[in-house]
Amino acid sequence: MKAEHYAVRELELSGWPVRITSYRIGETWYAKADNVSPGANIARAKAASLEQATERVMEKAGERLAATRRIPLAD
Amino acid sequence: MAEYAHPEVLVSTDWVSQHAGDADVRVVEVDVNTGSYEEGHVPRAVGWSWDTQLCDTVRRDILSLDAFEELMSSSGIGADTTVILYGDNNNWFAAWAFWQMKIYGHADVRLMNGGRAKWLAEGREVSVDEPSPVRTSYSSAGPDESIRTLLPDVMDAVNAEAVELVDVRSPAEFSGEILSPAGLPETCQRGGHIPGASNIPWGKACADDGTFKSADELRKLYRDAGITGRRPVIAYCRIGERSSHSWFVLKYLLGLDSVTNYDGSWTEWGNLVGAPVERGA
Repeated sequence: MKAEHYAVRELELSGWPVRITSYRIGETWYAKADNVSPGANIARAKAASLEQATERVMEKAGERLAATRRIPLAD
Repeated sequence: MAEYAHPEVLVSTDWVSQHAGDADVRVVEVDVNTGSYEEGHVPRAVGWSWDTQLCDTVRRDILSLDAFEELMSSSGIGADTTVILYGDNNNWFAAWAFWQMKIYGHADVRLMNGGRAKWLAEGREVSVDEPSPVRTSYSSAGPDESIRTLLPDVMDAVNAEAVELVDVRSPAEFSGEILSPAGLPETCQRGGHIPGASNIPWGKACADDGTFKSADELRKLYRDAGITGRRPVIAYCRIGERSSHSWFVLKYLLGLDSVTNYDGSWTEWGNLVGAPVERGA
């Protein structure tokens, strides 16, 4: 087996830049969402199709990112 | 172009594809999420979990000597084994394992350049089979903590302005705008950085494919940020894994003599009552 259709794209979720990586191993599609900076994994999902895996990971990641507070810095 | 100070500690994905089955080689995938290993891993690789197998699970600490020896023994690793580490999250946790194996004195441990992501992106063979290594009786001489810095020493060094501190977190974490990487739970009471630290995010040491930049590029990166190695260098991040990665760069790729990892990092410093904190860039 090998990872096929390996793809990486960047987009914005809940106001944060995110990197979505997706691939298929065997019959299963995997998707993971990392924040672009610093590159930590936020969410993972697997499904029978690319669309399902991507939709699930974006939903999870979006929820977690929405909970991230930005603390104003003094001038 | 200058070579890395210790090029022997890095192997390519090509090298691993040719040597993963060698009798004296043990490949280990180190993940923060063992789901990565279960998806498919380098054939014959064993899997280690960062939070259950590479940390003391009761108190916050690295493995005890006994626990370390047990992990090596159960993984089929002997004193002479060439151990190849790679993993998810940009090899952060593989670097943590590398650092800990050096604390316990393992001679030949290396990182697979580019980690799990590069292996998958290149469409290399993966397996879901978990190997059953022949057990060894691993013996370590005990921890050498000269590559580790604990809180009291960080405090003393900061007060004396006797070190070069490298904060390898993202700029938003460094400034205090966020208390943890976006999308992860907050794990500290205060945001900001240790006074005097330079912010050199771990990722600046890597190319887009996750492999390390050249020695010349790395030297310029740190030198431009004021990290010269003339004083002892301490790297830190949030929990000590990203700083293991930068510690690896500074010690093995650039060859700095005195560089340590402060694994308490911001989850320790940022929760201390009365510790000095700087905010802003």
